Amino acid sequence: MKSFRSRTLIAASAIGVLAVTACAPGSSSPSPSAKPNAAVTTDAAKLGNVTLIVWDQEVRGGQAAQMEQLNKDFQAKYPNIKIQRVSRSFDDLKTTLRLALSGNEAPDVVEANNGRSDMGEFVKAGQLLPLNAYAAAYGWDRRYPESVRQYSSYSPDGRTFGEGNLYGLPQVGEVVGIFYNAKKLAKFGLQPPKSWSDFESAMATAKARGEVPMMLGNLDKWPAIHVFGTIQGRSTSPDDIKTLAFGRKGASWKTPDNLKAAQELVDWVDKGYFEPGFNGTGYDPAWQAFSKGKGVFLIGGTWLQADLAKAMGSDVAFMLPPAANAGDKPVATGGTGLPFAITAKSKHPDAAAAYINFITSEQAMKVLTSTGNLPVADTSSQDVGGGLQKDVFTAFGDIVKTDGLVPYLDYATPTMYDSVTASLQDLLAKKKTPEQFLDSLQKDYGDFSASNG
Amino acid sequence: MTATTTRAVRERSLVGPPRRPRGTGYLYVLPAFLVYAAFLLYPLARSVQISFYDWDGLTLGRWIGLDNYADVLRNDDLRDAFGHALVLMVFYALVPLCVGLVLASILNRAKVRGLSFFRTVVFLPQVIAMVVVAVAWRRIYAPDGPLNSLLHAVGLGSLTRAWLGDYGAALPAVGFIGTWFETGLVTVLLLAGMSRISPELYDAVRLDGGGPVREFFAVTLPSVRGEIAVALTLTVIAALRTFDLVYVTTRGGPGTSTSVPSYEVYHRAFELGKVGSAAAIGVCLTIIIFVISFAITRVGDRDSTS
Repeated sequence: MKSFRSRTLIAASAIGVLAVTACAPGSSSPSPSAKPNAAVTTDAAKLGNVTLIVWDQEVRGGQAAQMEQLNKDFQAKYPNIKIQRVSRSFDDLKTTLRLALSGNEAPDVVEANNGRSDMGEFVKAGQLLPLNAYAAAYGWDRRYPESVRQYSSYSPDGRTFGEGNLYGLPQVGEVVGIFYNAKKLAKFGLQPPKSWSDFESAMATAKARGEVPMMLGNLDKWPAIHVFGTIQGRSTSPDDIKTLAFGRKGASWKTPDNLKAAQELVDWVDKGYFEPGFNGTGYDPAWQAFSKGKGVFLIGGTWLQADLAKAMGSDVAFMLPPAANAGDKPVATGGTGLPFAITAKSKHPDAAAAYINFITSEQAMKVLTSTGNLPVADTSSQDVGGGLQKDVFTAFGDIVKTDGLVPYLDYATPTMYDSVTASLQDLLAKKKTPEQFLDSLQKDYGDFSASNG
Repeated sequence: MTATTTRAVRERSLVGPPRRPRGTGYLYVLPAFLVYAAFLLYPLARSVQISFYDWDGLTLGRWIGLDNYADVLRNDDLRDAFGHALVLMVFYALVPLCVGLVLASILNRAKVRGLSFFRTVVFLPQVIAMVVVAVAWRRIYAPDGPLNSLLHAVGLGSLTRAWLGDYGAALPAVGFIGTWFETGLVTVLLLAGMSRISPELYDAVRLDGGGPVREFFAVTLPSVRGEIAVALTLTVIAALRTFDLVYVTTRGGPGTSTSVPSYEVYHRAFELGKVGSAAAIGVCLTIIIFVISFAITRVGDRDSTS
């Protein structure tokens, strides 16, 4: 026993010594090789033989199809550039990208999540190349409106989100709006709501007729962000929401506008607009139930379009959340798909930029449309049939044109996803009052924005 | 190499057991040790090291001494997470042990036909991957799922709720999945132990006028102490490192009522980029698991030798 103890002690102290003496983890930030406004080459055919390593997360159905198609087209057009594609699911990409970027064999083009804990951290560590020079050379700044570019813009130190240098370019867009069961609305003798009060009275009618007015499954914690974000867009000014959701200094959660939004969400619970047990229902079961004819409204993102259209045909329609007064500028939560960025360690930034330009070109947007995606640019001019897809394309085109996109609330701080999802579950279950709910969000936002400078 | 081998053989045949040169034994252990060191000791040391830093996984880490550990103690959410792990221990270890003891003694005594069939049925949950188990139970616990339908069918409609979305019910609901999962393992372990008990011991109890209950406490329970220690070690560790179950069913919700340390490790390291803090939680968890399993084996050993 004694020898066991002494050996354990030796082993433990060996580990301890190793732990203390070994050098600090991580490395000091490499200086990005190219200056933001250095001269760039845009003629990909003249770049010589190059192999580009591309990490993407386009693994599902239409996403995978468009990527394969575009990669094939790109290599046909530029035989001198070889694409070596590494494709992983979103979760896998998120967890492995960090290591890949800090390693020596970094990929050239990566699809990085927009948020602070991903793209923001990478920018801070100097691992992504600012794309301003390419944006000017290829005219990306004209093709992509400000409300789209903000989602992949950071200050060079990675602290300020939503403005500064451009670090990535997305292919697809998304917006959270309201899906509704058109057949049921017609049965109640109602028109699709034109204003927020129309919408609320439609829910009241649905309730009175014994229907579930609003489908919600919040077991996965995040779906309520979309519902609350939609309500907040009616009461709080878009500029305030942007400041709050990008985690920038100068706004507050503790305002009468936000309180009104939180109170309204609680009122919906009190009036029984959600199905009981929504905190224990999964997100997928909720929209699947809607697709089978349960409920009247569903606040959801455009990513649900293909599945809902397939299940419900012409019974389902989509609209942007109606403004407080009919005719006001629309405001909706939304954003872009994951942007494609160029790593600072890439040896072929010009080729990488040519690739990104190609997969976001006008032609690429057509490919995206034909494979069932929602292209982020030229959306309104795409040739789509009618029905739900048309609704979705029109809605996204409108909201981008009027600069009405506001970011997801969890973008604000690295910990905001936890704060807002847990607090929303608390609010919906009445474990927190609207005031306490805003207190916890303000604490997270306030602490961060104060220390972030 | 061949020369030493033949010499060793000759020496053994001539003068009995070979003289073992000091250190040769360690040489045999070396390959295994190298693998062990590379994939276990080194990562462990690195984790301990990283836990002293404020590190985001990308830029240069900053030495902050014991701050990460202080944070584990100070932070309410983290303390709660460790508390939830303790509650899960009851569901993963204690309840399966009690159920397993009863089940095993019944199966062992009753000499039922098709014992191997029942043993397989009881053991079946262990065969299924935890993620699959979690997905299935998520469906069972759904507000319109089989569990609530069953309660309605037997007239207990007042008990129905959104099991995983209910603040009081979520943690026990997750824990019960653990109970269902671990009971089979515990039962089979105990059955193996009980089958080794000599029937004479039971005869002796019966001669003294003891019934089945007496048999259980006088003979069965003391005889399977070793198995109980093994079962407890395995299930307690399973409880403390629960991750997949929470990740798939509730993601720590509603609110933070089902968060557990392992989930926090993953969350902080890969989602929040607080690698130092994640390492500190991991180290604490390792120490707790080590202490608890050490205590259980010590208690088990002492009882079986006395």
